[in-house]
Amino acid sequence: MAEKELNSDDFIKHHLQNLTFGQCSDGKWRFADGHINIGTDQKAHQETKEYTCNPKEMGFNAIHIDTMAMSLLLGGLFCFLFWSVARKASVTNPSKLQNAVEYAFDFVRTGVSDIFVPKGNKIIGPLALTTIAWVLLMNLMDLLPVDLIPWIANGFQSSTEYGWVHYFKVLPVADINAPAGMALGVAILIHYYSIKEKGVGGFISELTLQPLGKWAIPFNMIVEIPGFYAKQAALALRLYGNLFAGEMIFILIACLYIYSGELFQAGILSQSIMWGIVGILLQILWAVFHILIIALQAYVFMILTVVFLNQAHETHH
Amino acid sequence: MNFNFTLVGQLLAFILFVWFCMKYVWPPMLKILEEREKEIADGLNAASEGRRELEEASVRKEEILGEAKKEAADLVGQANQRANQLVEEAKTNAQEEAEKIKVSAQNDIEQSAKRAREELRSEVATLAIAGAEKILNSEIDEKKNSELIEELTKEL
Repeated sequence: MAEKELNSDDFIKHHLQNLTFGQCSDGKWRFADGHINIGTDQKAHQETKEYTCNPKEMGFNAIHIDTMAMSLLLGGLFCFLFWSVARKASVTNPSKLQNAVEYAFDFVRTGVSDIFVPKGNKIIGPLALTTIAWVLLMNLMDLLPVDLIPWIANGFQSSTEYGWVHYFKVLPVADINAPAGMALGVAILIHYYSIKEKGVGGFISELTLQPLGKWAIPFNMIVEIPGFYAKQAALALRLYGNLFAGEMIFILIACLYIYSGELFQAGILSQSIMWGIVGILLQILWAVFHILIIALQAYVFMILTVVFLNQAHETHH
Repeated sequence: MNFNFTLVGQLLAFILFVWFCMKYVWPPMLKILEEREKEIADGLNAASEGRRELEEASVRKEEILGEAKKEAADLVGQANQRANQLVEEAKTNAQEEAEKIKVSAQNDIEQSAKRAREELRSEVATLAIAGAEKILNSEIDEKKNSELIEELTKEL
């Protein structure tokens, strides 16, 4: 290990790589192994040219195991927690956990009823609750140190050895697929309600006959259709962008530790300690600041989901 | 930004969680909150009902208390009246009794006096006769004398 060259460029690229399972260029399905490895291991590996499976070559036939595992775990946690409370909930003598869950529930319920005008919709409430809870839990993963899960999976030791658990992005929302998957679900609902409330004709005319009337249909389409789909895409991109940027800063801060380690190995102890402390302070500072973004983005995602679905019900325009 | 099958997986996971939440989380939670709201509303109603009843009861209490006071005052008044009446009656009775006793005493006195006068008179008559016998010590027309003495006796 002493000979490894830790390169911050490699380190960053390494941490932006998901744990990918997919169809390799030879047509077989396995874990991608063409990742960016770190240090001398990478060079050794490249020389042997053992790997034939680069995630970039997989295209759509691949799945991010880390994203799926973390999001299913967290979504399952949310469902289990709320389900177990709802199952044994008491009207007159609530437990402390029930109070907390009820508070969250009521927060969402009031938020939805303030924005969402149509009455008797059975999907909007659970949808809003699921989005805010799930996104919040996934966002919170941002606060876990970037190398924690690989470190645990590696038997509680740092390793630059070649291995697939080495790549594990613990923050599912920093993978565009997670926010995009949710936004896609919301987009499906937007289309469903638009057509249900206004009819196919009404939905199409909303995108073509305004703002300028039927003599300017091409212009109207240029104005309305991108606007209509941009807001749905932006729903995903906003969340992805915010959390990806936050994760990026954490990775950059983690680079300070590498620098500190290099100084330590070079025997410059005082500077090594100094950069280590700077890294810790920056990480704490950024984490504190980032808590705001974590909660805010979850809230924004929920509110926008409700707003868009409310717009889908509005017939006037 | 590399889209792949994860997108579909995430969409399915999202649908699964929303469905679960819709079926097993939202309805029971909503039910609990609505029941609690009802419970609280009922409680508040019961409280205001209780307050109203309390007010009524306190008004009623004042009424009963007033009535009782009035009744008590009446009773005391009646009792006083009756006592006065009794005292008056007793006084009248006593006066009558006293009067009676006085009258009978006067009668007794009068009778005693009368008797005494009779006795005295007869004794004086005897004494006079004896005196006269002694003074005269002679023949005396007893018939004439006794007429005289009769006269004397009547004059006494």
